[in-house]
Amino acid sequence: MAKVTIDGIEIEVPDGTTILNAARQIGGEVVPPAMCYYTSLKETGGKCRVCLVKVTQGSAKDPRPMPKLVASCRTPVADGMVVQNITSPDVLEARKGVVEFLLLNHPLDCPICDQAGECDLQDLSYEHGTEGTRTEFERRTFDKIDIGDKIKLHMTRCILCYRCVFVADQLTPERVHGVLNRGDRSEISTYIEKAVDNDFSGNMIDVCPVGALTDRTFRFKSRVWFTKPMDAHRNCSKCCGKVVLWMKGNEVLRVTGRKDRYGEVKEFICNECRFEHKNPADWTIEGPRHINRHSVISQNHYEKIDLQNLKREVERQIVFQKGRQLPEASPNS
Amino acid sequence: MGRKLLLEHINEPGIQSFEVYRQKGGYASVEKALKTMTPDAVMEEVKKSGLRGRGGAGFPAGMKWSFIDKKSDKPRYLVCNADESEPGTFKDRYLMEHIPHILIEGMITSSYALGAKTSFIYIRGEYMYIVRILEKAIDEAYAKGFLGKNILGTDYSLDLYVHPGAGAYICGEETALLESLEGKRGNPRLKPPFPAVAGLYACPTVVNNVETIAAVVPIINQGGEEYAKIGIGKSTGTKLISASGHINKPGVYEIELGLPVEEFIYSEEYCGGIWKGRKLKAVVAGGSSVPILPTDLILKTAKGEPRLMTYESLSDGGFVSGTMLGSGGFIVMDETTNIVKNLYTFSRFYHHESCGQCSPCREGTAWLEKILHRLLHGQGKKKDIDILVDAAKKIEGNTICPLGDAAAWPVASAIRHFRKEFEEEAAGLPAERNLELATH
Repeated sequence: MAKVTIDGIEIEVPDGTTILNAARQIGGEVVPPAMCYYTSLKETGGKCRVCLVKVTQGSAKDPRPMPKLVASCRTPVADGMVVQNITSPDVLEARKGVVEFLLLNHPLDCPICDQAGECDLQDLSYEHGTEGTRTEFERRTFDKIDIGDKIKLHMTRCILCYRCVFVADQLTPERVHGVLNRGDRSEISTYIEKAVDNDFSGNMIDVCPVGALTDRTFRFKSRVWFTKPMDAHRNCSKCCGKVVLWMKGNEVLRVTGRKDRYGEVKEFICNECRFEHKNPADWTIEGPRHINRHSVISQNHYEKIDLQNLKREVERQIVFQKGRQLPEASPNS
Repeated sequence: MGRKLLLEHINEPGIQSFEVYRQKGGYASVEKALKTMTPDAVMEEVKKSGLRGRGGAGFPAGMKWSFIDKKSDKPRYLVCNADESEPGTFKDRYLMEHIPHILIEGMITSSYALGAKTSFIYIRGEYMYIVRILEKAIDEAYAKGFLGKNILGTDYSLDLYVHPGAGAYICGEETALLESLEGKRGNPRLKPPFPAVAGLYACPTVVNNVETIAAVVPIINQGGEEYAKIGIGKSTGTKLISASGHINKPGVYEIELGLPVEEFIYSEEYCGGIWKGRKLKAVVAGGSSVPILPTDLILKTAKGEPRLMTYESLSDGGFVSGTMLGSGGFIVMDETTNIVKNLYTFSRFYHHESCGQCSPCREGTAWLEKILHRLLHGQGKKKDIDILVDAAKKIEGNTICPLGDAAAWPVASAIRHFRKEFEEEAAGLPAERNLELATH
């Protein structure tokens, strides 16, 4: 076990835990955002740089600070480590920079994007970005590509998190897509636009943090916040069969995996469950799903507030605010 | 005359061939190491020599070697980084082209010290003709019993391969190089783990620059302490400098570390002064990624001491008034040089070469290039200069590998030292530039 302090809050976690996951155990504001890291996919993370944090003390044994900001999603904790996330102005400044970089080429076509309302980039830029943009250049664009008959790739929106590449690498028997080209001309592509055709390819839609990969059976059907998410399951021979049905009235508009509060699916679902069963009668409906990450979806207020949960959240916030150490103003600034 | 350790026999006819190289005392270090020394003793000599990595970072080579995971039961590898692509640097090409056997010899001796049974020379794709030179040299070494099974009758065996890359700057970053060598896309890895623990095929690996490995030859021949007598302080031995730009005698020079910069630029033995009788304006001392320095700061430090060709002296003053020795790509600019144009060229390069894996570098390098392009073509705005400074600051240190830093440092330093020129470009084109663009 290792004891780490993140923004003044101490927590004990098993050795080998990353800083990000330690922060998630604390919860609340000290959790760094993550755009490319995905718990259930190996080797993800480290690329988007929004989870950068400052390590002011490496460990109890070697108290030297780390020279640069580190990617919290890939840096393991050490006993006695001291980490600053939102209490470090350097981190906030760097994160603001990363958000700006991510938005330089992003089309900002949210009004017509299916991901709007459940988009990690929207949340990120709202929480950590600046109000305006300083870029005045034409954005890079790509043609839209159909990856098979169920998935649409809109590369212009892609932030190159590589998650979908890892899905293809780790969930499907043969990877037929990857990254072509270099630098800001990099693009996710199936070589010679070959269709991705296997049982778990649809999960790349779920792992996509932006609207680059969307469900062709759902495209332009509805804004997500007009649909009601319902937990449901069915007996499936290929996957766990546990899904979220996104319903409008009695109609199932789309089926996705169950995302946790950090937008991650723990149990991936097969394409049959995702694309073939749009009849509510195919499913055992468990009840409404609580979406606490993307506030806009919860605006419908159709679910009962869980008072216990709310109480816990308030208590946690109180502890957090007490333990929070605000950075002292440096004499130079 | 400074001492020459690597280029001593450069003018010998036929030095490319095994016979002539051997006649001139070649492969003595292999004989000495394999027959009379233990691997640890070889490593100890390299440590004593104070040799620092010649690829750019200047990390002590002996220390890097000692990090290799000896407890692991996996095979160990030595990989030579011959992916020399830093603009302004061409020393490794010169060395491999003219004296290929010194690299082969260094590889054998170093592999012995590290306990590597298989070693690789990863060379950039543009150097295809050198691949053939090296392969011929390797064939000769196999034929003479310096490579292969039971070298020189000892129980040490080594196989050496040359692997050409496909011409990507990023593959000079050691972990991207290893990915590429494994046959994957050349994306840098996240560190830790470092290659000394999990490198090529997840085995303990050391990656060294061509010149670093070649320098092991004189170190073993004359002893680490003798080598350390050359140079000043922690900058020991000799260094190959690729001198280019507005000088009378561009080329590769072997200097003893500690040579004053002024002497290097103006003496007849080296650069021979600025061409066409013009005045010096600025120098990029260690390859395109290190900060540019104006005349007064490259010849003397901020404290007024003469600037020397050493790791310490060149970085004296930090990035405020100093730079880095880097890979030794010494680019000299005369008084007619347009710094903004020069910076644009560098930024275009880094944009082109960014691997695109992490956001600050992928997006940031393109942004820097676009703003500089605008400035240079009369579309610039005053705020552009501040945006450049700020964007460079947000790239620096926040990326997976040092390419982001390499793209940011030239921008930050050029504006720091030549801000006036940027303001002039932003305010409108100087008359002669207008003419130049019009006739273009």
